[in-house]
Amino acid sequence: MMNVNFFSVSWQQGQEKLQTLYRKTKQAQHWTVVLAPYAWLFLFFLVPFILIAKISFSSAQIGIPPFSSIFEWSDHHLLQLRFNFTNYVVLLQDSFYGEAFASSLKIAGSSTFFCLILGYMMAYGISRAGEKWRIILLLLVVLPFWTSFLIRVYAWMSLLSTQGFINALLLKCGLISAPLQLLDNSFAVCIGIVYCYLPFMILPIYSTLEKMDQVYIEAAFDLGCTPWRAFWKITVPLSKPGIIAGCVLVFIPAIGEFVIPEILGGPDTLMIGRALWWEFFNNRDWPLACALAVAIVLIFVAPIMYFQRKQIQALEEGRE
Amino acid sequence: MRRTSYCGTVALITGYVFLYLPIVFLIFFSFNESRLPGIWSGFSTKWYHRLFENEDLIAAVLTSFQIAAMTATGAVILGTLAAVAMVRFGSFRGRTLFSGMISAPLVMPEVITGLALLLMFVSFERLIGWPSERGMMTVTIAHITLAMAYVCLIVQARLQDFDQSLEEAAQDLGARPLKVFFRITLPLIAPSLLAGWLLAFALSLDDVVIASFLSGPGATTLPILIFSSLRLGITPEINALATIIVGIVSVGVTIAGVIMVRKKGI
Repeated sequence: MMNVNFFSVSWQQGQEKLQTLYRKTKQAQHWTVVLAPYAWLFLFFLVPFILIAKISFSSAQIGIPPFSSIFEWSDHHLLQLRFNFTNYVVLLQDSFYGEAFASSLKIAGSSTFFCLILGYMMAYGISRAGEKWRIILLLLVVLPFWTSFLIRVYAWMSLLSTQGFINALLLKCGLISAPLQLLDNSFAVCIGIVYCYLPFMILPIYSTLEKMDQVYIEAAFDLGCTPWRAFWKITVPLSKPGIIAGCVLVFIPAIGEFVIPEILGGPDTLMIGRALWWEFFNNRDWPLACALAVAIVLIFVAPIMYFQRKQIQALEEGRE
Repeated sequence: MRRTSYCGTVALITGYVFLYLPIVFLIFFSFNESRLPGIWSGFSTKWYHRLFENEDLIAAVLTSFQIAAMTATGAVILGTLAAVAMVRFGSFRGRTLFSGMISAPLVMPEVITGLALLLMFVSFERLIGWPSERGMMTVTIAHITLAMAYVCLIVQARLQDFDQSLEEAAQDLGARPLKVFFRITLPLIAPSLLAGWLLAFALSLDDVVIASFLSGPGATTLPILIFSSLRLGITPEINALATIIVGIVSVGVTIAGVIMVRKKGI
C-alpha cells in the first residue's frame, strides 16, 4: 500500500517536473526569437526617448555636447540630480510655441477633414466598382505613394508658384491681372498634406467598406429607407473603424510635418515640427528641442496611441 | 448587389484627377525648354542631359540604394521575428512593452524619431567611442527601426490569416520548431515578406527628415539632395528626375497589377 502511494506521488511529481521543464524550454525558445528585435527596439527606440526626456531637463551651454549634465557628483560622493524646468517654462511662456501648437492643430485638423471627405468618396466609389476595376483603381491610388514624397510636394510647388501653371492659365484667360500668391501659406500646406496622405485615408476605409455585408443596405431599402439615409445610418457607422484608422494615419504625420510646410508654407507658416527643427539646427538649443519633443509626445502622440489601443481592445472583445 | 452610382463615378473622377494632374504636369514640363514651370516654350531634353551629368546626384542615388537595400533586409529579419513573437507566443514576459515599442515608430513624428536617435548616437560616441562619425551606418540603423514596425504589421496580418493546423501537423509528425518555421511557415508568409521588403525599401528611399538628422558629410542621400535643391527654388532637373521615377514605378505597379488580375482569374 505504502509503496503504491509513494510511486503514484513521485510519478505525479515527475510529470509536473516534466511540464515545468517543457515550459522552460518553450520560454527559452521564445526568448531566442524575441531577443534580437527586443534588444534592437530597446537600444534604438526606448533608450533614445529616455535620453530625450533626460536632456529636456538640462540647460543649453556652449560646448560639446551643447547641454549640461543633470547628474553631478557632489562633495560627499552623493549623486546629485539637477532637474531644470526652464525649458518647459519657456515653452509655456513664449507665445511662439503656443501659436505653433495651435497652428499645427488647425492645419493638421483641417487637412485630415478634407482628406476624410475626398478619401471616403473615393473609397466608396472603388468599393462599388467591378472586381477587375477595383484592383486597377486601388493600384492607381497606391502608385503615387511609391513615387517620391518630395516629388509629390514639388509637383504642387511648381503648380502653385507665381510663375506656375495655375497662375499662367488664369492670366491667359484674363480672370486675374496679376499672379495670385497661392504658395507660401497654410492653404498650400493643407493641399500638400491632403495630396500626400490621401492613400492612407482611402485604404483603411476601403477595407472596411469592402468587407461590409450588403444585406443590411438591402434590408434598409426594403423597409423604405432612402439611399441617402441608408448611407448615413448604415454605411458610415459600419465603416467607423476604417474612418478612425484613416484619420489617425493622416493626422499624426500631419501634426509633426516638417517637409511640407518648409517647401509649400513659406517662412511664415508655423508648425511644431518646424519649430523643433529650427531649435535644433538653427538655434542649436538641444534641450529646448527635446522639451518640445516631449510636449508633442504628451499632447498628441500618447493620447492617440492610448485611444487606438482602447479601440483595438473594444474590437477584440466585440469579436469574442 | 454592387452598382456604380452616378455620384460614385463623379467622386472617383474628381479624386483621380486630383491625384494625377500634378504628376502629369510634372512630366509634361520636364520636356520644356524654359526654366519657368508654367509656360511652354518648346520641346527639349536638356534637363535630362543635365541630370545625367550631375555627379553628386548619381553618388546620392547609389548611397540611397545601398541604405535602402540594407534597411529592407534588416527590417524584414527583425520585423518577422517580432511578428512571430507577437502572434504565436501569447503573453510572454515584457510583451506589453514590446508591443508598445514595435507600434510606436508608426505614430511617432519623424522629427522626434530623428532627434531621439541622433542624441543617442551622440551619447554613445562620448561613452564608448562608437559610432565615430555619422553616415550610412547611422541612417541605416534609424531606418531599420522605423521600417521593422511596418514589416511586423504586414507579417502579423499574414500570420494571423493562415491555417495554423499546417504547423501543428508538421510538429506532430516530429519536425523540430526550427524546421517547421523554415519548411512550413516561411514559404506561407513569403509574399508578405516580399511586400514588407519592398515597403521598407521604399520608406528608406523616401525619407528625408530622419536622414537629415543622422547623416554626415559624405553620406548625402537622394532625398537630402532633392530637398536642398527644392529649398533653393524650382528647377526642371527635378521634373526630369520625377519623370524617370514615375516611369520606373509605373512599370513595377503595372506588372504587380497584371499578376494580381491573373491570380484572381478575372
